Amino acid sequence: MTIALNSSGTRRLKNSLAKWLITLGGISVLFTLVLIFMYLLYVIKPIFNSAKVEPNVSFVIDKRAENSSDTLSAGLDELQELAYQINKEGIVDFYQLKATSEHAVGYKVLSKNLLAENNQLDMIIESGVYLKLLIDNQNNIQLITPQFKATYTDDTRTIIPSIGYPLGNENLIIDQQNKTIKKLAFAMTEEQAMFIAFTDDNRLIKTTFIAEDDFNYDPAYETNYQEIDFVHNIVDDILITPDLTLAFIRSGNIISIFELDDEDNVSLKAEISSVTELTTMALLSGGSSILLGDNAGTVSQWFEVAGKNGRQFKQIRTFTTKNNEAVSRIVTEQFRKSFYTMTLSGVVDVFYTTSEAHLWQGKISDGQPNAMVISPRADGLLLINENKLELFSVENEHPEVTLSALWQEVWYEGYPEPDFIWQSTSGSDDFEGKFSLVPISFGTIKAALYAMLFAVPIALSAAIYTAYFMTPGLRKKVKPTIELMEALPTVILGFLAGLWLAPLIEDFLPAVFLLVIFLPCSTLITAFAWHNLPKHIKNHVPETLAPMILIPVLLLAGYAAFSLSPVAELHLFGGDMRQYITNELGISFDQRNALVVGIAMGFAVIPTIFTMTEDAIFSVPRHLTSGSLALGATQWQTLIKVVLLTASPGIFSAVMMGLGRAVGETMIVLMATGNTPILDWSIFQGMRTLAANIAVEMPESEVGSSHYRILFLAAFVLFVFTFVFNTLAEFVRQRLREKYSSL
Amino acid sequence: MKKWFRSGSPWVWLSAAGVSISLISVLGLLGLIALKGLSYFWPADLYQFELLDDKGISSTVIGEIYDREKIPASQLAHTNIKLKPGQETIERFLIKTGNRELVSLDFRWLLVPHIQSMTTPEDLVVIERRTNGNFYGYIDSLILDGKKVDLSQLPQLQERVDTFQDQIEDLQKTDIGAINYQLERLRLKERKHNLDKSLTPELMQRFKTETVALQQEYLQLEEKLMALRHEVVRDQLIVRAMDGQLVTINFEHILQVSYNNQLGLFERTLMFMHQVASFIVDDPREANTEGGVFPAIFGTVLMVLLMTVIVSPMGVIAAIYLHEYAGNNAFTKLLRIAVINLAGVPSIVYGVFGLGFFVYMVGGSLDQLFYAETLPSPTFGTPGVMWSAITLAILTLPVVIVSTEEGLSRIPVAMRHGSLALGATKAETLWRIILPIASPAIMTGIILAIARAAGEVAPLMLVGVVKMAPNLPLDGNFPFLHLDRKFMHLGFHIYDVGFQSPNVEAARPLVFATALLLVTIIVCLNMTAVSIRNKLREKYRMLDH
Repeated sequence: MTIALNSSGTRRLKNSLAKWLITLGGISVLFTLVLIFMYLLYVIKPIFNSAKVEPNVSFVIDKRAENSSDTLSAGLDELQELAYQINKEGIVDFYQLKATSEHAVGYKVLSKNLLAENNQLDMIIESGVYLKLLIDNQNNIQLITPQFKATYTDDTRTIIPSIGYPLGNENLIIDQQNKTIKKLAFAMTEEQAMFIAFTDDNRLIKTTFIAEDDFNYDPAYETNYQEIDFVHNIVDDILITPDLTLAFIRSGNIISIFELDDEDNVSLKAEISSVTELTTMALLSGGSSILLGDNAGTVSQWFEVAGKNGRQFKQIRTFTTKNNEAVSRIVTEQFRKSFYTMTLSGVVDVFYTTSEAHLWQGKISDGQPNAMVISPRADGLLLINENKLELFSVENEHPEVTLSALWQEVWYEGYPEPDFIWQSTSGSDDFEGKFSLVPISFGTIKAALYAMLFAVPIALSAAIYTAYFMTPGLRKKVKPTIELMEALPTVILGFLAGLWLAPLIEDFLPAVFLLVIFLPCSTLITAFAWHNLPKHIKNHVPETLAPMILIPVLLLAGYAAFSLSPVAELHLFGGDMRQYITNELGISFDQRNALVVGIAMGFAVIPTIFTMTEDAIFSVPRHLTSGSLALGATQWQTLIKVVLLTASPGIFSAVMMGLGRAVGETMIVLMATGNTPILDWSIFQGMRTLAANIAVEMPESEVGSSHYRILFLAAFVLFVFTFVFNTLAEFVRQRLREKYSSL
Repeated sequence: MKKWFRSGSPWVWLSAAGVSISLISVLGLLGLIALKGLSYFWPADLYQFELLDDKGISSTVIGEIYDREKIPASQLAHTNIKLKPGQETIERFLIKTGNRELVSLDFRWLLVPHIQSMTTPEDLVVIERRTNGNFYGYIDSLILDGKKVDLSQLPQLQERVDTFQDQIEDLQKTDIGAINYQLERLRLKERKHNLDKSLTPELMQRFKTETVALQQEYLQLEEKLMALRHEVVRDQLIVRAMDGQLVTINFEHILQVSYNNQLGLFERTLMFMHQVASFIVDDPREANTEGGVFPAIFGTVLMVLLMTVIVSPMGVIAAIYLHEYAGNNAFTKLLRIAVINLAGVPSIVYGVFGLGFFVYMVGGSLDQLFYAETLPSPTFGTPGVMWSAITLAILTLPVVIVSTEEGLSRIPVAMRHGSLALGATKAETLWRIILPIASPAIMTGIILAIARAAGEVAPLMLVGVVKMAPNLPLDGNFPFLHLDRKFMHLGFHIYDVGFQSPNVEAARPLVFATALLLVTIIVCLNMTAVSIRNKLREKYRMLDH
């Protein structure tokens, strides 16, 4: 006692220390769950942020002569370290945008005259981000490209600008008759450079430079001149798609579309006319859509849609700038489907076509700037207004994601109608991401439903029998055996389903349907036979052994179904049920289909439902059943009217838990279906579920991209879904437990 | 009949059928895996088929019968196979013919009507090889250093090559691997000093001499390796394939030559055991489709052990809090709902969380702080065995909590009261009385958690598992345990080989064998856990009275 008293201080300290430590440990469980929830939200949140455009750098660029401030073209390097402008005198100036130890912001890094003495530039035609075609007042034409080379000295990076000539230094001859060009558009690939020009004698001409080798390393080419039949005498805008297949020529409100594929003949493909007064036109990234801006501040998107009369250009959707002024220019991003509009008073609107999102609006210029350029990585916007250069930083990481793009039908480029599509990646840079969560959510529900269809009847009947009719001795053996199913790794179930069950079902398809008839029938026949057995045999083989009696019977029935399968196939389905389904019923048949998934995943769900249902029924207080039996009800009546009714909340929560498990199951669906995201209830077709989709696509998605965040969103949807189901089930179970203890 | 229906007896029987179906499917499934998995190891009979096809061309096929099935005769209507009147089906065999260098496909279907004769010649051999899979044929001659020798020397020659192969492997993996590892560490050390701006000329000189010394050592080992390689390629075996073609197989590639048809039951059993053992201890070959699964077993075990170290204290403490300390209030209810939900959240969500939070966020920050010298190639900022263990620890946390709490709740209150009445504090009661009694329950929880973790694949696909890991996460190089390394896993091995390998058909038996191994481990773990729990329940029941 004295020892205890002496050390009571440290003992008390230890006691309270233990208390705090254990409490901390307990709370950490809740903390973990909250952390998962919050972290998922933290990753998802940015996709719903709207765009931000904020002023970054601005400075005055020097004026050489009184009227030489007319900037004709401007641009930026990829890292936004240098900006350049080309003015009317033909002088290109490169400016520093970030302060370094040597130079301040706005320092002129390089200045170069691109023209011969005393010439002036008439116009600059741009193609892509880097190609600029210069036309001077002597009708000299040259193609230049500003180049940026990064060099590293002592861990600091300097970018050295220069001017390159992709088609050589010589004058380009676009019009054989050398007339003044009023309008011109051009585009080039590695093999060809194509020019469409409208001359001052109203000829529309197409000139093609065909590379002798590849323009990337050899500027040598052959020229091919063509004249295009053109009925309108005005040309306001010309556009050529980057793959050199189509040209769009706007004459007022009429747009003529020419096909350029044929080397000898340029044919008019279609003419579309707008009911409103058009002011400008632009090609969306990828070149499949054109954007038409009108004087009421509306921009419409058009692309080719396959219909009854072949492929036709159709107006898909419109975007409205808020203040109903005429749209003066449309600038598109290089790789994404975003575009920027500017109205007459200098208000800029940012839109994304696929998601129909209006991302930003703001007035950043008084009147029309001389140049407006989006940086190559679409993270900056450069304006040159008189002699003021302004750079805005643009934060627009995830324009393609909106709630409507995720959950509603979207009309994608090249599709005949709006649709739910999940297609997250493709080979090309200017690919239009299709992020509809509908098909994969649908797949999740479909897989879970088929699994429940298989699992619920078996699990419930097995649980009812085990809990209510089985002898304790047998129950002690049967219950752990069925629960062993829960321990089986799903990867093994999935592997068996995909590589063993799927081919088996494909070969013996009729057997599956025969089994549905054979199993209950053989059970009933056995039951009836047993019922009519003489008493003394019945005493030897009691009814409580029914599951054991039924095992050989069911095995026989199964064997019969499989051996009758080829016969049934021959006589009912003309020899091949698969072909019968495809040809006669018009349903396509996948080897790894919903039937296989239903069986395999049902198998995984059975133990969950079985255990909880069995517990619920088994713990129904005995005096309830005894009372019912004493009042003369049969065993079966007692079961239906008393036991199941009392245990129904428990059964409900068991089914909920099972559903939760089926919804989140990954490996089985991944291995037992073809993982095609389609919207189809057919039992003979596969599906792609949220969980399988994450497992397939997460390892190759780029960290921080929209795709990555959408996959997190899919995980979040799963999390919330199962959270609701589990919490509901647990809540119901708690209530039931209280009810039982009060009975 | 009507009365019988009204009595409810048919419904009782129908519900009994539910039990029967469940039992049939569990036992059938286990039986199926066992049968298919074990038959992979059993030395099969080798057959020689003489064929005569529709066009009257005869040929010979040698191989193992892999599968047989009946197909409807109507599918063969276009061929001119003569059928007996009324015959509706035709049997066909799937033959594994091997010899990948001669024929592009490992397997071949033979229609039974085409088979003229089917024999099992005694001198037919199957040669298991390091590359190109099995070879089936007859041994023609044996070449020792360019000269023909008697066939009886085959076992000695085989043994000689095996010893050399072992030495080569040892040299490559242990010695050369260690030098490469040290060289890499030297390079990183130098870079680290460089980044800290603490690289003095003396240090640089030291690094340089060390590097040179290591490189010298490397050259010596390489010379030794070349000498061994030279020895290994000395002898050849000339074999005749089924079409009479002679093929020279260098001993370098031969793993085992076996006259399967000469083996008696006992010898077959011995060989079966040998095959099982080599499956467990060997490395995989041929893009995982042949050989053993040792790295996958090793990876699974190591990851699970790490996970156990993390999950056991966390789970036990949480369970003690819930049962001994938490009051009966709303917060405790919330905590219980959290536990239930942790158990119910789909495993792939843990994978997503682990990848984003542990790998990219925590791992990325660790790299910035401690492993700046290796950047931009990440150390902990990439999936690895540690992150897998932590992710699975969260996933299995509820299993340990639920099981421990059950154990705690079965301990009679009287024991606690007794201890407290004798003057022990609550902490002392817990530590000295409650925990020792509850330890079997804790054990049960941990075993169940291990079983669950060993079978879980989906989250691991995101946080650390790879199809082929060049190095084990535990080796002889300091610091021995490499928590940043990726690892192989039995479950993922099944998925990968079964679904992603180029030759799924040929790999299928191996997948079944792997599945059998995994199922055996998990079922054993579960049964142990359940039996411990049952014994414990009995014990407590006695304590109660």
